[in-house]
Amino acid sequence: MSDNVIIKTEGLCRYYGEQNEIKALDHVNAEIAKGEVVVIIGPSGSGKSTFLRSLNLLEPASGGKVFFEGTDITDPKVNINEHRQKMGMVFQQFNLFPHMTVLRNMTLAPMKLLKMSKEDAEKKAMELLERVGLADRSGAYPSQLSGGQKQRVAIVRALCMNPDVMLFDEPTSALDPEMVGEVLAVMKQLAQEGMTMVVVTHEMGFAREVANRVLFMCDGNIVEEGTPEEIFEHPQDSRTQQFLNSVL
Amino acid sequence: MNWFHEWTDTLYNTFIVSDRYMVLIDGLGKTIIITIGALIIGVIIGTIIAIIKVAVDQNKPSFIGKTLDKICDLYLTVIRGTPVVVQLLISFFILFPSAKDGTWVAILTFGVNSGAYVAEVIRSGIMAIDKGQTEAGRSLGFSGFQTMQLIILPQAFKNILPAIGNEMIALLKETSVAGYVAVVEITKAGNQIKNTTYDQINPILLVALLYLVMVIGMTRLLGVLERRLRNSER
Repeated sequence: MSDNVIIKTEGLCRYYGEQNEIKALDHVNAEIAKGEVVVIIGPSGSGKSTFLRSLNLLEPASGGKVFFEGTDITDPKVNINEHRQKMGMVFQQFNLFPHMTVLRNMTLAPMKLLKMSKEDAEKKAMELLERVGLADRSGAYPSQLSGGQKQRVAIVRALCMNPDVMLFDEPTSALDPEMVGEVLAVMKQLAQEGMTMVVVTHEMGFAREVANRVLFMCDGNIVEEGTPEEIFEHPQDSRTQQFLNSVL
Repeated sequence: MNWFHEWTDTLYNTFIVSDRYMVLIDGLGKTIIITIGALIIGVIIGTIIAIIKVAVDQNKPSFIGKTLDKICDLYLTVIRGTPVVVQLLISFFILFPSAKDGTWVAILTFGVNSGAYVAEVIRSGIMAIDKGQTEAGRSLGFSGFQTMQLIILPQAFKNILPAIGNEMIALLKETSVAGYVAVVEITKAGNQIKNTTYDQINPILLVALLYLVMVIGMTRLLGVLERRLRNSER
């Protein structure tokens, strides 16, 4: 494995059901390089969210391996919590902690897990809030924020842990249309700063503009991958063509 | 106003002569101590059981997990399947026949009893928290235990406060059966005064009034607490 690869999956499987009859992921092999922005697209039920959630084992693997920074994190002897600290995750439903202020949402993990002092954690959190234009909302509770604001807070909450990679699970799918732009702008900025990102999304515009590589998933596997231009302009597989026809 | 004079005379004879009101005050103290002590034990037991049951529910349980789950089920079945008076009799005459201070045995018994009911309340509170909260906690790198402690339980407790309040009120009134095993709590105290003075009315009514005042006080307190917790979200 080259030094440049940050995440690699080998024959990754995820089965559901009594007899493992539902194959959400069926031997998926993929590599994500440092600094790369990978966008995963595909029809619903194709396994793209499951794949993303398998990368930090939020979805336990039924088979195969996931390497993160050279370590096989599916090994039961590995302390997965330590590795998850380096993998930020943003959810469709934001999942902010409703009983804590924005600032506390952000400083909780750095203080408890990285043993950062309260001052340092709050300073870092405020810097990040400043960058996404929400510094004035630091004392608010999540219920007082709009959807777009919630998702921006969720992004900077993950960034507070200084992750090496950011995983986005349909970050704009639960937003009102007029709020999608503000979240995508934050993600774009993050990509330009060189953050490694894996993004499951239906925002084809974002994929075209920001992605270094697009993976098209269908039936629990990666059917086709390439640059945005290759995927969007010259799709090879008939399933890719069909999907793109239906969404574009 | 003759009857009024007669009544105050009776009250004087019943409660003031030979400082009999002290029996009631001591009884009141015992009732409060038993209730608070049992509630603390109940919440501790209930939380532990709820966490075990939720953990076994959500993960693929190990052998130890399954065994613990079975023990919890047995506890819930036995405690909820037998009357608290019988449990008191078992405690006093079978488990701790040589205990000197009955109050402690009563606290323990009511605590273990209450734990079974509190466990189910807390479990329902935990189950009502969106799964995304656990996922967010775990994705930040918290362990399952830290996620429970920092993220899930604080939210769950807020949601179940009315139900816990209910349990508290039920517990307070339930302690009235401790007199069965010679613990002189307030009901027993009233009964003793009734027996010594042959006043069949006033001691019982006073005891009822004291319970009522305590329950109203508790309800008020819970209302304040609930409002304060809700304010932290708005």
